[in-house]
Amino acid sequence: MEGMSLSEWGSIIAMQGFAGISLFSVLLLMALGLAIIFGQMGVINMAHGEFMAIGAYTSYMIAMFVESYAGWFMDYYFFFAIVAAFFVAFLAGYAAEYLLIRHLYKRPLDTLLATWGLSLILQQILRSSFGAREVSPPLPEWLIGSIEIAEGLEIPINGLVVLGLTAAVTAGVFYLLFKSRWGLRVRATTQNRVMSGAVGINTQKVDRVTFALGCGIAGIAGAAFTTIASTGPTSGSLYIVDTFLVVVFGGAASLLGTIASAFSIAQAQSIMEFFMNGSMAKVLTLLTIIAILMFRPEGLFASKIRK
Amino acid sequence: MKNLPNRMALTKRRISKLLAALSLTCATASFAAAPPTAQVNTTNLAVTDDTVTVGILHSLTGTMAISETGSVEAEKLAIDQINAMGGVLGRQINVIVEDGASDWPTFAEKSKKLLVNDKVAAVFGCWTSASRKAVLPVFEKENGMLYYPTFYEGLEQSKNVIYTGQEATQQIIAGLDWIAKEKGAKTFYLIGSDYIWPRTSNKIARKHIENVLKGEVVGEEYYPLGHTNFRSLINKIKVKKPDVIYSIVVGGSNVSWYKQLRSAGITPDKWNLLTISVTEDEVLGIGGENVEGFYSMMKYFQSLDNPNNQEFVKAFKTKWGEDSVIGDVTQAAYLGPWLWKAAVEKAGSFDIDKVAAASPGIELNTAPEGYVKVHENHHLVTKARVGKWNKSGQAEVIYTSDLIEPNPFPEGYQ
Amino acid sequence: MQAIYRNVFGGKSGLIGLLILAALIFVVMPLSMDIFRLNLVGKYLTYAFVAVGLVLIWGYGGILSLGQGVFFGLGGYCMAMFLKLEASDPQSTAIQSTPGIPDFMDWNQITELPFFWEPFHSLTFTLLAIIVVPSIFAYLIGVTMFKRRVSGVYFAIITQAVAAILTILIIGQQGFTGGVNGITDLKTLLGWDIRTDSAKYVLYYVNGALLLLCILIARLILATKFGRLLLAMRDKEDRVRFSGYDVANFKIFIFCVAAAFSAIGGAMFTLQVGFMSPSFVGIVPSIEMVIFAAVGGRLSLIGAVYGTLLVNWGKTTFSESFPELWLFLMGGLFIAVVMLFPNGLAGLYDKYAKRFIVSIRNMGSGFLDKRTFQKPAFMDRVLMQAKLQAIATWLGQIRPQRDDLKHKQPA
Repeated sequence: MEGMSLSEWGSIIAMQGFAGISLFSVLLLMALGLAIIFGQMGVINMAHGEFMAIGAYTSYMIAMFVESYAGWFMDYYFFFAIVAAFFVAFLAGYAAEYLLIRHLYKRPLDTLLATWGLSLILQQILRSSFGAREVSPPLPEWLIGSIEIAEGLEIPINGLVVLGLTAAVTAGVFYLLFKSRWGLRVRATTQNRVMSGAVGINTQKVDRVTFALGCGIAGIAGAAFTTIASTGPTSGSLYIVDTFLVVVFGGAASLLGTIASAFSIAQAQSIMEFFMNGSMAKVLTLLTIIAILMFRPEGLFASKIRK
Repeated sequence: MKNLPNRMALTKRRISKLLAALSLTCATASFAAAPPTAQVNTTNLAVTDDTVTVGILHSLTGTMAISETGSVEAEKLAIDQINAMGGVLGRQINVIVEDGASDWPTFAEKSKKLLVNDKVAAVFGCWTSASRKAVLPVFEKENGMLYYPTFYEGLEQSKNVIYTGQEATQQIIAGLDWIAKEKGAKTFYLIGSDYIWPRTSNKIARKHIENVLKGEVVGEEYYPLGHTNFRSLINKIKVKKPDVIYSIVVGGSNVSWYKQLRSAGITPDKWNLLTISVTEDEVLGIGGENVEGFYSMMKYFQSLDNPNNQEFVKAFKTKWGEDSVIGDVTQAAYLGPWLWKAAVEKAGSFDIDKVAAASPGIELNTAPEGYVKVHENHHLVTKARVGKWNKSGQAEVIYTSDLIEPNPFPEGYQ
Repeated sequence: MQAIYRNVFGGKSGLIGLLILAALIFVVMPLSMDIFRLNLVGKYLTYAFVAVGLVLIWGYGGILSLGQGVFFGLGGYCMAMFLKLEASDPQSTAIQSTPGIPDFMDWNQITELPFFWEPFHSLTFTLLAIIVVPSIFAYLIGVTMFKRRVSGVYFAIITQAVAAILTILIIGQQGFTGGVNGITDLKTLLGWDIRTDSAKYVLYYVNGALLLLCILIARLILATKFGRLLLAMRDKEDRVRFSGYDVANFKIFIFCVAAAFSAIGGAMFTLQVGFMSPSFVGIVPSIEMVIFAAVGGRLSLIGAVYGTLLVNWGKTTFSESFPELWLFLMGGLFIAVVMLFPNGLAGLYDKYAKRFIVSIRNMGSGFLDKRTFQKPAFMDRVLMQAKLQAIATWLGQIRPQRDDLKHKQPA
């Protein structure tokens, strides 16, 4: 590119770096909930995308409500929406675990099918209540646009918000899992369910809360993504394949693995997209993942135990 | 705006005028006594002495339902209006609605059902190219008549299909000419979702930019359907600094694309963005504030200011609710039943061969988009328009071309 | 002879189940339906190939693959490539810039046939490729996954990722594959018009015969020592491994067989429907095919066929009349089939219909007892047991032990 100064190149590189980090935060936010559930109970929740959509619609409804009845709250509703999305998705997850998942713990493969069925039903519920069309929640003014740090160096605000949110959620999950009493019980149950039961841990309750927590995080992701992507009954499914890949690539039962894999996939894809056609970049990323999985089929951070 | 004071009275008068005009264009047959069935139906179609059956075949469920619902609504509206006027050749139109379920074999299966089991006289339907490609062999083999509403990539022409949307050259070239002249654009960045329509459209755009406008294509890129992260692409655009971003992103990707553009500071005060994939329907999902100031090339916008369109919009909203929006394809779908009626009455028969033969030359003065005419190649002669989006999700029409002849196999653009 | 009768046809009861299915496919359906409906049934039956394969790998092997659409698609695409080349002779493609190549290549500025299309001019090669290409692909996946002892949910997700990747590849490389539209407008097979009614009848019967053949092959496999090892592996993989068997090789083999079955289904699909598109390769169709097998009963080869027919019939009927309701029903079906009747139709049959039939027979024999002669009590029990055994295997199940019906999955 002739005619571009050094500082312009600098800004592009900085923005490109941010693009990669931004994709990383999106992937991680989606994958965290899935990884927690997978790590804890060996269950892949196929309805993960729909819990995300539940969060997105919660945010949408709050935005619509605030816009019509409490315009003064418009600038702040987003934070409230995120908390609400978490709780709505949490409750939905809690109910799903109670009604469905807990009956199937001994049959992880069947859970896969049951949660797929659940996702179809949730999609149709969303479609029947909100219509098949995509909706666009009105965003607070401050969320639209970008911060101009220097001439030509613009950082999108919604990307920053998602990044911040992801950092907070990740920190929260780490705290919960590794510093709290509850986390202790979760880890104990993961390692040895029978023994945990024997020492008085209510493993059923641990499972239920873990599952609900995973769904709640999906809800947060949904609310956050209303700022950068579409909100429709099937918009959760746009992310679901990438999310599965992140979890698989990272290796089961390892949160660090999930983070590492989200980071490497995001950076690889983002950098390749810069240098080549988007479709080719996607295919190449996927092929690389498959190739690495051929050598390390249990993911980057596989547990050392032989099955 | 000058007739604002007595708008209601005028509207009523317009309705009667419109109806009169419609019946005039559609020949005198509808006022005459209905001709005997044996005479108008020699090929065993579902035509009785007082009814004729047609099919509507769109996705009512699945991922495409969002886009296709508007077309179904428009087709039903047109059929209701035709029935209210006395039907076709004195026969009321019955409709069988089938669901293609966003699944191409289902489309093929259902089209076969409509033609073989129900013996419908015409089918209004399909939306994506893939669904049309799936049903085309069925229509050709069973000799049916399909009215296809979507703007599409061209490269197709069939005796059994009337294309009421615009083919690629009709949509693209006028808009490119306009932006080159109006904005002095020389460099273009072409972006599309990865399938046949964006690729073919961009191929035509590239030839036109390079050979006719003597401009330069500084980038051409495709992203998988459903892609949601465009930040790297946006950075590339910032590197290349094109005069025009020319975009054919569709579906769920659309929303991410425009939201991320806006948030990355690609705003209409500094950048020109021209698209052929955003209608009023899409803006509903993207949000008006995210496309505000960008340009769309279509043949129809809901805001079009002419009596035909005002009547159409009013009738549509009366039937399907105040909140409904009307996009380019919805309007094209609305033309289908009217064009069919005109062709049947010109042919004096429901027989597919006669209707197909009578179709070229059919004119419609009453189309919401204005005058259209069926060309020899079964596409419509139509105008192209450029609209500039505003915050409320409507477009202001800022350029209207002359009538453009359809050319599905453009020489020099292959 | 006796061994073949017992192993392949599953003895008397197995044979009866097979004959009923054959009668249904070859006699009842063609007589009771017009060609349009029959063609639909033919299309459904192509999915049954996948379901039969899934019974092998999932029901008996405990390997859940959510990517069987990949193999269905590969088989279908191989067939479609041959048919497309035949449809694209220089005369009928004369208006293209490059005559003699498929139309979608011409639209994508490709000027000569890509090398991997060349061999598909030959029907022999195509027929071989339909079996071999998916099998090799399955072998590669199998070697990398099973040798590393990847199994369970993890394997399911990876197969799903493979399905997603292949879909993106096919759509992205549209110059070579026809993209999202797929390969359409297929007309003739060696000059024989496949779109006529008579051709549809012929293809329907060929399809039915191939399906029965696949079921027989599957039964043969299950009846051998290998079949019993498969079960043993599903229930206690480690013990089989410690006994000195190479577990991975068995898994790879059965995975390849299931892939080949799916591919045959795909090829027959292309022939009967007249096109192939990436919408059969992806995640959604792959999971739907699992539900066909689950509804039929994951342990019943013949049940898989009934399951496929039932679900698809439901889909066609319900989506016509209540499109809104259909997704609820489909979702409910997924949940019900795993929660309430994990052994599907075959399980329901075992549980209810069998009891009913036995009670009827008992009534009959009781009646007999009184009228003619007294049977010793133990004879009754032996008779009962024999009847039970016969009826239990009636739907084509091969069950060396009752334990197999209990649901077990490898950890």
